[in-house]
Amino acid sequence: MNPYQSCFSKLNRAALIPFFVIGDPSYDISLQLVKAAVDAGADILELGIPFSDPVADGPTIQKADLRALKAGITPAKALQFIREITAYKPIPIGLLVYYNLLVQYGTERFLQDFKKAGGTSVLVADLSIDDADEIAIPAKKAGLETVFMATPNTPDERLRRIAEKTTGFIYTVSLLGTTGERQALSNAVRPLVARLKRLTDKPVCVGFGISTPQHACEVARAGADGVIIGSRIVKFIEEAPDNPEKMRENITRFLSEVRAALPPKGPTAKTDA
Amino acid sequence: MKSKGRFGPFGGYYVPEVLIPALEEIEAAFEQFREDPNFLKDLNALYTDYAGRPTPLYHARRFSEEVGFTVYLKREDLLHGGAHKINNTLGQGLLARYMGKTKLIAETGAGQHGLATAIVGALFGMETKIFMGATDVARQNVNVHKMKLLGAEVIPVEGGTGTLKDAINEALRYWTAHVEDTFYLFGTAGGPHPYPTIVRHFQEPIGREARQQCLEKAGRLPDLVTACVGGGSNAIGIFSGFLNDPQVQLVGVEGGGKGLHTTQHCATLCTGTVGVLHGARTYLLQDENGQIRDTECISAGLDYPGVGPEHAYLKETGRARYVSVCDEEVLDTFFLFSRMEGILPALESTHALAWLVRQKGLLPPDTIAIANLSGRGDKDIDIVEHHRPLTARSL
Repeated sequence: MNPYQSCFSKLNRAALIPFFVIGDPSYDISLQLVKAAVDAGADILELGIPFSDPVADGPTIQKADLRALKAGITPAKALQFIREITAYKPIPIGLLVYYNLLVQYGTERFLQDFKKAGGTSVLVADLSIDDADEIAIPAKKAGLETVFMATPNTPDERLRRIAEKTTGFIYTVSLLGTTGERQALSNAVRPLVARLKRLTDKPVCVGFGISTPQHACEVARAGADGVIIGSRIVKFIEEAPDNPEKMRENITRFLSEVRAALPPKGPTAKTDA
Repeated sequence: MKSKGRFGPFGGYYVPEVLIPALEEIEAAFEQFREDPNFLKDLNALYTDYAGRPTPLYHARRFSEEVGFTVYLKREDLLHGGAHKINNTLGQGLLARYMGKTKLIAETGAGQHGLATAIVGALFGMETKIFMGATDVARQNVNVHKMKLLGAEVIPVEGGTGTLKDAINEALRYWTAHVEDTFYLFGTAGGPHPYPTIVRHFQEPIGREARQQCLEKAGRLPDLVTACVGGGSNAIGIFSGFLNDPQVQLVGVEGGGKGLHTTQHCATLCTGTVGVLHGARTYLLQDENGQIRDTECISAGLDYPGVGPEHAYLKETGRARYVSVCDEEVLDTFFLFSRMEGILPALESTHALAWLVRQKGLLPPDTIAIANLSGRGDKDIDIVEHHRPLTARSL
């Protein structure tokens, strides 16, 4: 059983998966914030390595990337960061990365180093299932799980192929667009989760636009195995630029609220899905 | 997708999953219509009657005397809109129309592709949004004004350096949220498959005509063909006509900015390394960690840290070679050429001309060269004036 299967099977609710850009706004503060998220009840972490041109991300995460780059974060420092987190507490860590960073480091070598640092899975934001083997083969060799994205406009035939190539969980994008907070949860979530659940038994985690405990609850009730929350959390960093303590408090409070809002898994949730 | 759009190891479609269905739809439509008689009839009529094709191949006599060999200019600057960009925007715009799309988006650097897209948007009655780096909005004000007059919405992009790279990022982001009704009219022979193939296809008339015209005027093929390379659409257009003529040297000229010894240039093929950006594996200007470097060039249209993947392939196979010229050489040539030929060349195209000036005394007098004059320089007058004010002395 891989770390995700063991995590999902243990939980009686959807997994809480916060996302951080490693090193935002600085290495040390970022380390404190991610540790705080672990303490606040994160079940899995999704961590991103900052990239200069993150086209899949909206303005909030783009700004976080630039802050982290300004703080001098490199892929090597990101690996050190992951080592420090897993030493603090063993927790499954999914990595979100843009392909060029892997290509320059050497994909195979990077994935091996990531595994050694305690990492669990890798998701390349700009690598589609058609080129899956460029990542799936070295990931398998390194002993890592693969995560691929599914979006509301992905046809069933591709969803099947995505499920086949995924060994970790399917990162289910809740809407057409980039990452970012949204007022209301996209109405594409329920049908997409339902389609995936019909096509595969791979875990389905939903991200993009989940901004409130209520959104997280709705996603969980739609049948998701996990909720990924990025921009709302990153925004807490942007909102208190000179006050790490406030960032930490806000993130801790928010994650605690989200976790409390996640309904227990059961027949109701399954029916809703 | 039907084909993976590879040029040797370069190209591909490295994009977020959400864009795949849209790229597949465009690839399928392109395959369906590229040889469709109705599509071709419509496109050829537009090329001829609206855009002004074929463009002449002009023997630049005084400039030839200056450099010491024969120079012909492929006059893409005479096209409607003032640049080769209209070939591609008419092609893709018509494709979008045949696909039933009602909205266009595009990115632009110097504004020429934005302007050409705005022209097509107006012509076809399609809602058009143009993403343009804030720096470029400031330095290419005339084109911004023209785009607005034609009814397009110009969206300044503040992120990054406010240049073409950032405009592409933002256009891609917008497209991911609007893929269902919006056609992304990509401006250069780069980006994810199928764009490098589509853009080349619609720019191929440049090379086809130039080859034929050279045979007619000079009685033989040229010895070399040169063009500026940013993303590389005008260059791939003219090169395509000569790829199967191994005796014809192909020379792409990149923006050397303040010099290749600095970081202030955009000479991607001359100094870059292979990586993945904006959907393609190609040469990039990047640091050792894979972060994309800022670029700088006097010509906004070349100011881009990547290059079309087919150029990367032509470099790798040695079929074409890539060189660079610096801003100062470009300005020198801009003045020289304007006064010798009565033509204000776009600063982009002036890179190719400046490289020819550098060949003075190096090439035999019986050499025949064709330079692609990809656009006209009216849009660049403020930049030239900023760098070299026309003082009483210079007048």
